[in-house]
Amino acid sequence: MDTGQPSTSSRPEETAPPNVTKKPRSSAFTQQELPACKPLLTPGWVIVIYMVVGVIFIPIGIAALLASRSVVEIIDEYQTACIPSNYTSNDQRVQYIQDFTTDKICTRLLTVPKYMKKPIFVYYQLENYYQNHRRYVKSRSDKQLLYGEGASLADTETCKPKQLLDDQPIIPCGLIAWSLFNDTYSFTISGNAVPVNKKGISWKSDRYHKFGNVYPENFPNNLPNNENGSLIGGSSLDLNVPLNEQEDLIVWMRTAALPTFRKLYGRIEQDLKAHTQLTAQINNNYNTYSFRGKKKLVLSTTSWLGGKNDFLGVAYITVGTVSIFLGLAFFIVQWKYPRPLGDISYLSWNQKPATS
Amino acid sequence: MVHDYLLTLAACNTVVPTKIKLTSSGNLEMEVAIAADEEIALVEYQGESPDEQALVAAAASYGYTLVERTSNYIVINVLGQRMTFELLGMHEFDSIRKCMSVIVKCPNGQVKVLVKGADSALLKKISLSEKTTHIAGERQAQVLFDTQMHLDMYSNKGLRTLVVGVRELSDSEFTNWQQLYAKANASVSERATLLQEAAQAVENDLILLGATGIEDKLQDGVPETISTLRNAGIKVWVLTGDKQETAISIGFSCALLTHDMKQIIINASDKQQCHDAIKAAKEAYVQVDNRHRMFRASGRSYDFATELPGGPEKVTELSNASLSRPFSQRMKLDSFRSINSSRADSGRSRHGRLLALIIDGNSLVHALDKDLEQELFDLATACQVVICCRVAPLQKAGIVSLVKRKSKEMTLAIGDGANDVSMIQMADVGVGISGQEGRQAVLASDFALGQFRFLQRLLLIHGHLNYRRLGYMVLYNFYRNAVLVMLLFWYTLYTAFSTSPAITQWSLVLYSVIYTSVPTIAVAIMDRNLSPQTLLKYPGLYKSGQENESYSKLLFWLTMLDTLWQSLVLFYAPYLTFRHSTIDIWSIGSIWIISVVILVNLHLAMDVEHYTWITHLAIWGSIVATYICLIVLDLLTDDDSLVYYGTIFNIAGTANYWLDIFLIIVTALLPRFVLKIVKQKIWPSDVDIAREEEIRKG
Repeated sequence: MDTGQPSTSSRPEETAPPNVTKKPRSSAFTQQELPACKPLLTPGWVIVIYMVVGVIFIPIGIAALLASRSVVEIIDEYQTACIPSNYTSNDQRVQYIQDFTTDKICTRLLTVPKYMKKPIFVYYQLENYYQNHRRYVKSRSDKQLLYGEGASLADTETCKPKQLLDDQPIIPCGLIAWSLFNDTYSFTISGNAVPVNKKGISWKSDRYHKFGNVYPENFPNNLPNNENGSLIGGSSLDLNVPLNEQEDLIVWMRTAALPTFRKLYGRIEQDLKAHTQLTAQINNNYNTYSFRGKKKLVLSTTSWLGGKNDFLGVAYITVGTVSIFLGLAFFIVQWKYPRPLGDISYLSWNQKPATS
Repeated sequence: MVHDYLLTLAACNTVVPTKIKLTSSGNLEMEVAIAADEEIALVEYQGESPDEQALVAAAASYGYTLVERTSNYIVINVLGQRMTFELLGMHEFDSIRKCMSVIVKCPNGQVKVLVKGADSALLKKISLSEKTTHIAGERQAQVLFDTQMHLDMYSNKGLRTLVVGVRELSDSEFTNWQQLYAKANASVSERATLLQEAAQAVENDLILLGATGIEDKLQDGVPETISTLRNAGIKVWVLTGDKQETAISIGFSCALLTHDMKQIIINASDKQQCHDAIKAAKEAYVQVDNRHRMFRASGRSYDFATELPGGPEKVTELSNASLSRPFSQRMKLDSFRSINSSRADSGRSRHGRLLALIIDGNSLVHALDKDLEQELFDLATACQVVICCRVAPLQKAGIVSLVKRKSKEMTLAIGDGANDVSMIQMADVGVGISGQEGRQAVLASDFALGQFRFLQRLLLIHGHLNYRRLGYMVLYNFYRNAVLVMLLFWYTLYTAFSTSPAITQWSLVLYSVIYTSVPTIAVAIMDRNLSPQTLLKYPGLYKSGQENESYSKLLFWLTMLDTLWQSLVLFYAPYLTFRHSTIDIWSIGSIWIISVVILVNLHLAMDVEHYTWITHLAIWGSIVATYICLIVLDLLTDDDSLVYYGTIFNIAGTANYWLDIFLIIVTALLPRFVLKIVKQKIWPSDVDIAREEEIRKG
């Protein structure tokens, strides 16, 4: 019958050769017939999944909780205690902290609650301190930190407003370096000094790859005769030590994620017995008063999980327990009201037979 | 008379005989046949309409073989004897005259007008007077009566009918016509009108020769397809140009109409009648009050088939047809919502019987008017089946547009002829069947099919799967992007509202490009909840689309609620873990980005219902690719990336990192998992049950 070809009387020769075809290639892929696994959540599987989650989560939670509980921590909040008691208002405290002439040494007595095994980590904890603020985070020049004067002026654009001092580039530039934390701690036990090891407190990758053999220059916190203190942000730097060895700076410049954060100050490499009286001498220089930030000194041992934090343990135990309960609940529902899987009499059109 | 009858069939058309020969290269070549060819075995007729081809072929089988056609003459092999007819003129078919004619000069010098056309038009032009026909009037009347009987019989069988007539022209008449014809052909501006005038001059006082009935075979599987579609909750409306009787018998033969249905036939000639008829039908069948009200419509030729208690129905008399054409169908995809008030009862009268509305083109002219269309729509949607016959192409589009305007349903139009083009273009989904009626419908359509029965695969399988995939992907993509953005937002609350991102700029860019894109594509293309076999076995599964199972406002907001929960888990698990720690901004960002990527990929993995190796590769590969990207990004030493250097190596070395990721994934997915199981256990959808059955059995 109809061959589908045009019945042209004028151009009978123009029929297409039959081997030219537009038919798509047929394969398991194009026909969507690839072998496939079709998962089906049968009641059995569901119960198994819940139970497995519970069985995995609860032991992890217990282990995490035990690890957290094994950590011994001493926390001492000192920002108020280290100001003479006659400075009562916040303005007065700001004035006190900005006064360069006074000696701000402060002594705190800490009691070791439990036996603390070395190494004991010394942290300072700041609160309400937004190191993660967008402008603060960006206010640095990684090129300058690595290459020093090799970095061009353009490379330090990001450091504004702490890019230049008297038209000379600041090394290291930027708000982060400028606001370097400058409280210092030293410890004694009954008059005997307890050494704090400040080596190796920063990340190796930072020391070797992000900070170069660069010496500080023109750094505002180092300026002499800076009596009114208007340009002092924080700690000065040792001009004779390259940046990649100034680990306090390296630690500080790995900006914290959250407004409450700890930074590693050093390590005490000896065990502390329970009930030992530890005297901490604090140089209280850093101004957190103008933004009502808290300062805490933290001494902590460590576990495989890090510091003291019950959250993970509690969360794991909770999720595990909920999961087991859900599994049981589901088991009961399934037992009381079983619905045979794939029973076609449950199909809607099989349930209400047509009335016609 | 038989001679003239067959002659008309052979001559009165536009068919061109073509000769097919096998060339040495194996190709089939066609060439217009000429009378000089001795070899006439392989003649094939090429014409505009398959009906004409059929008529010419029929004439040929009775010994009247059309051998050659040129613009000047026609050669017909009459019972082995080759006769040449001079072609004096041709009036092509138009929809106003509804007939075509050729004027030929027979070998014996007689000039004859050979006419064939629709019965409604042609029977009016038959002359019964002896004077013009030279045949006894009684005999003429007898022929007319017989022919009409045959016509009724044919159309009840679902055949398409034509009437054939002839007229001999006297010299004066011929000259008169020739002038008109020449003038019309020479005219530039009013050619069509003048040609019509010329045609009308000769197409009258015809001698009735007989009628033809052409059977248009149903394609394979049409009744099955239609009943499948109706089981799938799709309302089927037929819009056809055929006569009412033909349409009804086609309706029966393709299982659209059944004998227990109540037929509402509307066949009105003017507006008032039409209005009354629709109103009355609505009152009688659609509304619950006015019980047992009987009425008689004032339509010209058909009464309403009202239900007489206990009595036989008029409609049953019309109903023993077997074969016809069901091509010009229009499917109405009823979405569940709009007929919610009467879903179970939809299409049933108050007596619990199914309703069928049959309305003709003349009535539709009025019914589609602004003031009547609401009534028509109400009546039609109350019926299970609607058949519109004698409909003009534009009316087809008008009906589609009526449904589109008045309801929220999706409409699908399927047709094979050029007269279906406007409705195919008007409907939400246009499907063209490529067949003997040319490619007009296919060219205008969204989907082209080879046969009508493929429609069930198109809708039940591809329609179902695409609906599920689309619905799921819309929800998933909202989720995928919202969960990351919400995570960033929660962090902003802890950065003094400074919008500083913990996640590296590159990762934010790559999140949509690499980390989570490929599984979306793989699943959107390949996921499949049910096999084609199951989908065809249970057409009712198609209703999952009508019932908005895969996408609805409720699902959207549930997904958003889930997104909120997941983003909170994502943010607060690391926050609470590290809130008094030395964690730096890039490390916590590193945990967040890997957690969110694993989470959204596992979320998808949990919902995938058909795992091929490609799906596996896409999902697990994405997570691996993300790790590779994160490692590479933390090794870059260019100016902008140096700040991130080495982050992942330090943080991934801690137990907290891994415990956090594990906790986030399980905790974030838990509510979704619970909801999924509870829904499947307590409120299983048909799709759920069919899937269980499919997997259990095979």
